[in-house]
Amino acid sequence: MATFEPVIMKGIGESDLADIDVYERGGGFSVLRKVMSDMTPDAVAAVVTESNLRGRGGAGFPTGRKWSFLPKDGRPRYLVCNCDEAEPGTFKDRMLLEKTPLQLIEGLVISAYAMGAKQAYIYIRGEFLEGSRIFRRALAAAQSRNYLGDRILGSDFSLDLVVHRGAGAYICGEETAQLESIEGRRGEPRLKPPFPAVAGLYGMPTVVNNVETLCYVKHIIERGAQWFAKIGPEKSPGPKIMSVSGHVRQPGNYEIPLGIPARELIDEYAGGLLPGRKLKAFQPGGASSAALFEEDLDVGIDFDSLAAKRTMLGSGGFVVMDDTACMVNCARTLTRFFEHESCGQCTPCREGGQWVARMVARLEAGEGSQEDLRVLNVINNTITGTNLCPLGDSIMPFLSSVLKRFPDEFAAHVAHGACPIKDVTAVVA
Amino acid sequence: MTPERLARGHELVARYPRPQSALVPFLQYCQEQDGYVTLQAMRDAAELVGITPGEVESIASFYTLLFKAPAGKHIVQVCRTLSCMLRGAEDLQAYIKRRLGIGHLETSADGQYYYEEVECLAACDRAPCLQHNLEYHYDVTPASFDKLLDSWQASAPAPAMPAE
Ligand SMILES: Cc1cc2nc3c(=O)[nH]c(=O)nc-3n(C[C@H](O)[C@H](O)[C@H](O)COP(=O)(O)O)c2cc1C
Ligand code: SF4
Ligand code: FES
Repeated sequence: MATFEPVIMKGIGESDLADIDVYERGGGFSVLRKVMSDMTPDAVAAVVTESNLRGRGGAGFPTGRKWSFLPKDGRPRYLVCNCDEAEPGTFKDRMLLEKTPLQLIEGLVISAYAMGAKQAYIYIRGEFLEGSRIFRRALAAAQSRNYLGDRILGSDFSLDLVVHRGAGAYICGEETAQLESIEGRRGEPRLKPPFPAVAGLYGMPTVVNNVETLCYVKHIIERGAQWFAKIGPEKSPGPKIMSVSGHVRQPGNYEIPLGIPARELIDEYAGGLLPGRKLKAFQPGGASSAALFEEDLDVGIDFDSLAAKRTMLGSGGFVVMDDTACMVNCARTLTRFFEHESCGQCTPCREGGQWVARMVARLEAGEGSQEDLRVLNVINNTITGTNLCPLGDSIMPFLSSVLKRFPDEFAAHVAHGACPIKDVTAVVA
Repeated sequence: MTPERLARGHELVARYPRPQSALVPFLQYCQEQDGYVTLQAMRDAAELVGITPGEVESIASFYTLLFKAPAGKHIVQVCRTLSCMLRGAEDLQAYIKRRLGIGHLETSADGQYYYEEVECLAACDRAPCLQHNLEYHYDVTPASFDKLLDSWQASAPAPAMPAE
């Protein structure tokens, strides 16, 4: 069994951490108290920078650096908490929202204080109705005890937090699309620069941070930068929640020290593969990440080790596929996802995404041709790197990786006019 | 605009530095009451935030949880993304469509049920999963779906798409 002591998942499943009395009894809001009475905003930011915390929302940008880009020009500045979690395979932010909303609030208030934001927003995915209700209740409780609102805990710092519900659109997880969406427009990503730190929400300096990132801030302030920095690889430190799903015995969220081998995550944390099955492929970081295979099981789960393998940690959506999975079927599911979620602004993403999804669907149905295979093998260069936002660049990585590793499986769909793997998506007993 | 709607609209507008931020929250509120985003709701929203009804329509059409026509009293949204597919979502979808007698994006003849296959619902560890009126149901099997259907038929109608 895995031995890592959970940090932000501590207590989940044991007690009702959404209840403010329970949360306080476990030491909740003591870090905020300490910050309000003994620390300057700059001191808080310095600890976060020193910890080397990298954003848990997907891009892995250093959090302290991101905060430092805010210009000191007296304009109002905003903190936006990104709780739009929709990257396929990722389900950690929803858990944090529902199970430990007060920890998120504590981390958020500390972070807003560090960056000098008096107004914050949390953008909650529209599907998370239950989570948004739980969060609103937690927020009201925190406000009633002055952890938010005017002159927090007798200090000079005031913070207002507005809950904004999404209405269905994966692309609104992208930070500039999210800002457009909060402003009441279509969630179409903006051209960068300017970056949100300079011209973000309502044109003002803005930081967008992921739910998990803000939760870690609280613990970094509590335990110190060095505690965090010493966990895992130097350039990619700390704990991280991995959402493990697909063909494993115990799918679920697991908080790991970054850097452990993929093999350990599958075998020790997620209970291993299903009885009698063999590993075929795994996606380490959501739908946007290229697949890895049996020969890659020793790769470290962290930003840089996965990047070195030409894939990514992303948001930590780790999907395991065993030998009953048809790679054409998996690729069809994911290309359809990107086709559906393209906002349509860029031609390669919109048109290319549609063509690719149709070709893969044809192949799966046994109606594909050699020409389809040829095009899929070369189209990568046309689609990737030619779009406004990273969604367009996410269409091809998984498909290209499995096409390269299992060319025969794709070819067999053309040759036989059907799937050679009988039990395509076997229902698991 | 009804006085009640106007009052709610003003409340939502007051949350933000600019009125247009209240647009989607206002449409969500109208949809909760009307079952979908009506033409009147779009006109009211336009008036509330100071843009044209055409602009409201273009914005509303961007968001999949805003329905532009009556969908159903029971909105059944079944996940179709990778982790659920690996755990039998395709068989489940086929079963549910047979049971409801409708296909993807269709409403039953009596206006009760609407069926849709949607992208990852962030519940991949409990696959296959679905939402019914935005409420999660996990590890769904044909047998457990039958029980859900019975309970929906027996329950009092609630708003299909609650605003908050
Ligand atoms: C298509 C797309 C979808 C994204 N979805 C999310 C999301 O659901 N949640 C999230 O936190 N970040 C998401 N991101 C990343 C955000 O743009 C942004 O980098 C992140 O919220 C920053 O937070 P962090 O620095 O704390 O990681 C997405 C990015 C792209 C390109
Ligand atoms: S890459 Fe795709 S999703 Fe991103 S802005 Fe362009 S069209 Fe929209
Ligand atoms: S793939 Fe179905 S919930 Fe994530």
